[in-house]
Amino acid sequence: MSLLIVENLKISIEGREIVENLNFQVEKNETLAIIGPNGAGKTILFRALLGLLTYKGKIQWENGVKIGYVPQKISIEKDFPLSIGDFFDLQDIDIKNAKVLLRLMGVGMTVAGEDKYPNIFKEKIGALSSGEFQRVLIASALASNPDVLLFDEPTAGVDMGNEDNVYKVLSNLQKIKGFAVVLISHDLNVVNKYADKVLCLNKKQVCYGHPIHALTTESLQLLYGEEAVLHHHIKGQYAHKHKEK
Amino acid sequence: MSDLYITILIGFFVGGTAGYLGAIMVMKRMSLVGDALSHVALPGMALGLVYDFNPFIGALFFLVFGIFIIWKLEKITKLPVENLVGIIFTASLAVGILITPEPELIEALFGDISSIRSFDLPLIVIFSIVIFFFTKFISKKVIFSVVSDDLARSRGINTDFYNLAYLLMVAAVVALGVKFVGSLLMGALVIIPAAASKNATKTFNQYSYGAAIIGGFSAVLGIILSDIFAFPSGAAIVLVAVFIFVLMLKWKRN
Repeated sequence: MSLLIVENLKISIEGREIVENLNFQVEKNETLAIIGPNGAGKTILFRALLGLLTYKGKIQWENGVKIGYVPQKISIEKDFPLSIGDFFDLQDIDIKNAKVLLRLMGVGMTVAGEDKYPNIFKEKIGALSSGEFQRVLIASALASNPDVLLFDEPTAGVDMGNEDNVYKVLSNLQKIKGFAVVLISHDLNVVNKYADKVLCLNKKQVCYGHPIHALTTESLQLLYGEEAVLHHHIKGQYAHKHKEK
Repeated sequence: MSDLYITILIGFFVGGTAGYLGAIMVMKRMSLVGDALSHVALPGMALGLVYDFNPFIGALFFLVFGIFIIWKLEKITKLPVENLVGIIFTASLAVGILITPEPELIEALFGDISSIRSFDLPLIVIFSIVIFFFTKFISKKVIFSVVSDDLARSRGINTDFYNLAYLLMVAAVVALGVKFVGSLLMGALVIIPAAASKNATKTFNQYSYGAAIIGGFSAVLGIILSDIFAFPSGAAIVLVAVFIFVLMLKWKRN
């Protein structure tokens, strides 16, 4: 049985249709990437999958599925009076487990692998860089040993070396622990490298399937407009999706 | 026990609890809501003073009503909460001023410790302790929703419920405190201790207990000063808290 089955999904907010007629599935162990321009409804889709808003159609999770969620960048004031230890505590994640996960995600370590802070659990969450905090969020999503991880632009704000690292760690963990990943990404390289399936979303479902088959010039044009795709083809690569004006 | 000791004891409990709740208020970026909210107590206190029932009951009733209104409006309307709060709460202040006879108006606006009687003591102490521990009990969930409401809800936390429960606790502590510091200054007793504590602390426990201690200490010292120098108690308490805030600011810079 599939981990997740979505059929004829329709989401409207205040009478405006955001997403219409989506059909896709996620199997165990699989990575599904969701791509699409800004405002395409990707984050809204995630919120529906998490049961945070109402929708029409079918979203059917396997019985008893455990979902780990990493939201899009959360902005925290620098002096927000909450330490990393507090952040794990309010999620009822014990410190031992948190320590292992943070190490795994490389939070609070220098490039050379040395500890950056005397005791990272006593640092304010606002003191971390946004990339580090993002990895704290990933670590806390992994703490419950989820069957599936929902990642909303998991590496936004993470610098390039670390971004690669995050994906490597994740795909290794995925092999060991066997969870599925559904991720929203802007980076077609990531999609090609790590995704088993891709769903192109621009209000409607533009493409769906294995990246090699699904990411055609046509579907990318439907997603991002002709110019954007042409730009990338001249350069001879899918490459990173830049903001086009 | 002499009246002064009783008021000091009451001040300690109310100030401490207000400080603790204020810590979460400041994290929620609702400082101004806390301040404006205290004004909602005025019509209720006025009715109590005019019709001779405990103003605490009147204040509590109006505050709970006010809380339900913000909570609902926050959910239904797309207007910024700050605007709504500004309109509704100043409106209730205006209504309060209209219906309160002049001698009682001063007491309701600025508080009067001499009106506190010894039979208030057990009631206020028990209420403060209950409010403090209940808030502590739900604090993790409330803060989780401040960090990310979606994330908290995705973990199955009914954040609406916890936010409402927290705001009701704020209503209760404001209702307790208006007798001392009055409805104009009660907001300060919620916000200033937290703002002061935030300057010098790193973890939530340090911060929230720090705010509670500063709140309790400000109330006690304020009451003693007002007794010695015959100052109005509300003003003395708030100024002590402000003084501590300024001291703690120096800490932040270091």
